[in-house]
Amino acid sequence: MIQLTDEKIIWMEQKASEIRQSIIEMLVEAGSGHTAGPLGMADIFTVLYFHILKHDPTNPMWKDRDRLILSNGHICPVLYATMAHSGYLKLEELKTLRQFGSRLQGHPHREFLSFIEVSSGPLGLGLSQAVGMCLADKMDNGKFSGKQFYCLMSDGELQEGNVWEAMMLAAKEKLQNLTVIIDRNSIQIEGFTEDIMPLEPLKEKWESFNWDVRTIDGHNFQEIVAAIGEAQAVFTKPSVIIANTIPGKGVSFMERNYKWHGKPPTKEEGERAIKELTHPNPPLN
Amino acid sequence: MLNQNLKLNTKLFDEDVEQIPIRQGFGEGLVIAGDENKNVIGLCADLNESTKMNLFAEKYPERFIQVGVAEQNLATVASGMAAMGKIPFISSYAMFSPGRNWEQIRTTIAYNDRPVKIIGSHAGISVGPDGGTHQAIEDIAIMRVLPNMIVLSPCDAIEAKKATIAAAKIDKPVYIRLLREKTPIITTEETPFEIGKAKIFFAPPMKAQVGIIATGALVYNAILTAQRFAQKGIPVKVLNIASIRPLDFEAIINLAKESGALVSVEEHQIVGGLGSAIAEVLVQNYPVPMELIGVHDKFGQSGTPEELIEHYGMSVSHIERAVERVIGRKN
Repeated sequence: MIQLTDEKIIWMEQKASEIRQSIIEMLVEAGSGHTAGPLGMADIFTVLYFHILKHDPTNPMWKDRDRLILSNGHICPVLYATMAHSGYLKLEELKTLRQFGSRLQGHPHREFLSFIEVSSGPLGLGLSQAVGMCLADKMDNGKFSGKQFYCLMSDGELQEGNVWEAMMLAAKEKLQNLTVIIDRNSIQIEGFTEDIMPLEPLKEKWESFNWDVRTIDGHNFQEIVAAIGEAQAVFTKPSVIIANTIPGKGVSFMERNYKWHGKPPTKEEGERAIKELTHPNPPLN
Repeated sequence: MLNQNLKLNTKLFDEDVEQIPIRQGFGEGLVIAGDENKNVIGLCADLNESTKMNLFAEKYPERFIQVGVAEQNLATVASGMAAMGKIPFISSYAMFSPGRNWEQIRTTIAYNDRPVKIIGSHAGISVGPDGGTHQAIEDIAIMRVLPNMIVLSPCDAIEAKKATIAAAKIDKPVYIRLLREKTPIITTEETPFEIGKAKIFFAPPMKAQVGIIATGALVYNAILTAQRFAQKGIPVKVLNIASIRPLDFEAIINLAKESGALVSVEEHQIVGGLGSAIAEVLVQNYPVPMELIGVHDKFGQSGTPEELIEHYGMSVSHIERAVERVIGRKN
C-alpha cells in the first residue's frame, strides 16, 4: 500500500468535498434518491478509489483488478460520483441519475453500467456475492491470487438474515482477502437502528462469527487507511471494519438526521449544501 | 407408435420398464460436465446425497462448496462465483431453491445475468410421504417468469443428464426441475435433446384428434393414455416439452393446427405452469379448446406417489377423461 502523506490527505479531503458536491447536484437534478448515506460514505469511497484499490479506469474490466462490491445499492450516488471523479464516467453524465435510459439507474444495474461488479438494491445480498468471488479466486489456484475483495455494506442491512449466512461461510473458508466495511451511521429509513432493530453489540457479534473486527472513525483518512492495511495483514480470517460515520456528513442541516436517508435536497437546499461543502482551495485537476 | 425417429425406449410399454430417479441423471450429467470443463463447480445446501451432487463432490472435492442449510446464501454465493468465470451448479430441494431464495435468484442471478445453474430436486407432488411442505408445485411458475432464465423439466433420468450437460454449455442462468422417485425411462442415449425444442414422442399414423403436451415424468402417463386411445382407433399425439423457457412455439402451434384440441399435463399447479405457458401461446396465435391436467389450487399431503397422483388428478384415467372432454368441446 502506498504511504499516506499529509499532502495526500489534504488532496483527498478536497476530492471528497468535490464528490459530495457532485452527489448534491445529482440528487437535486434527479428529484429523488438517497442523500445521507452517500454523503456519509464519501470519505471512504475517496480513500478506496484514490489510494487503496488496484484498478484502471481506462480498462474497467482488467481481470486482475481488486473487486469492490457495493451491497447497499441505494447509496449509488457516491459510487457513480466517485467513479466519475476517477475517470470511469464523464462528470456531465452524473446529471442523468435516475432518468429514463440513463446508465445511472436508481439502484445500480449491470445491464446498464457493465463495469460495476454487481447490480444491487435489495439489501443483504452483497456480502455473499463478495464471498463467492473470493471463493472462486481461491479455487482457481488452490490459493488466493492477491486480488482484494471489498464489500461495502450499510448497518441497517445487517438485519437481513442472508448476511449472517454469508458471514458463517466466509469464516469457515478463512477468506483472508475479503474486507467488509460497514457504514455504521446508525440510521435507517424509519429511524435509528437501535430503535428499529438493535444491532449492538455489533463488534462482538462479528467476533463471535470468527471475523477479525476493528472499529474506526469513517471520516478519518489515516484511520481508514490504517484499518484496511491491518485487515489485510490478518491471514487466518476475513476482516470487517465498522466505520462510524455521520449520515449527511458535511451539510449541517442533514447531519445525523434520519429524515435525509431517503430524500433528495430541493434546489434551494442544494444550493445551501454546496455553499457549505465548497472547499477554500481551488478545484483539483 | 412411439416416434422411433427419436430412438425412444422400445421397452416403454413393458410391465418391468426400467425405472431410475430423474435426479440420478443430473448427478451423472454433472460429473460429465465437470470432466468437460474445469470451471464447472458445485455448491450444495446440506442435501448433497439426496440431490445426487455427491457424485460430483466425490470426484472433484476441490470444486465443491458446502454452504450448510442456507439456500439464500447458496444462490448469492454462486452468483459471485459466476462473476469470476465459474459455472456454478447449486442444488437443493425445489421448495427451498428456488422456493426460499427466489428474490436472491431474481436479483443476483437473473437480473445480473450470471450463468448459475439452479437444480431443484424433489419437485412435484410425487415427493410423497414428506408431505405438502416439501412438495414444490409452484417452481415452474416462479422461474419461467424471470427474464434471462432458462427452465428445463426433463422427462426421465437420461434426459436430465443431457439437460445438465447442455446447461453447463450455455452462458445463461438455468433452472432444472428434478423428481425424487424412480420413474420410467422413456428416452435413450441416442434421443436428441436441444434447449428450446419440443419433440413428438407418440404419433399414430393418422392426423391427431387431440394433442397431449406433457412435461416431466408424467410424459409417461401421457404416452400410456395416447396408447389406450390408439387401441380404440382415436389418434392422439404426445409432445414432450423439456424446455419450458424458451418454449417451442412452433411445435405447439403445429400440434394445435393439426389436432384442434390440446391437453396439458404437468406435476405442478395449473396456475403459472406448463399449461399456462401453452395457453399464452394459443390465445395469441391459434386458439383451440384446451384442458389442463395438474394440481388445481391445492397444497399436497403425505402419501405414496401413486396415491397422490391419483388423488390430485394426474393419473392415466384423469388424462383420458380430459382428452374425452376436449374432444367434446371441438366444433
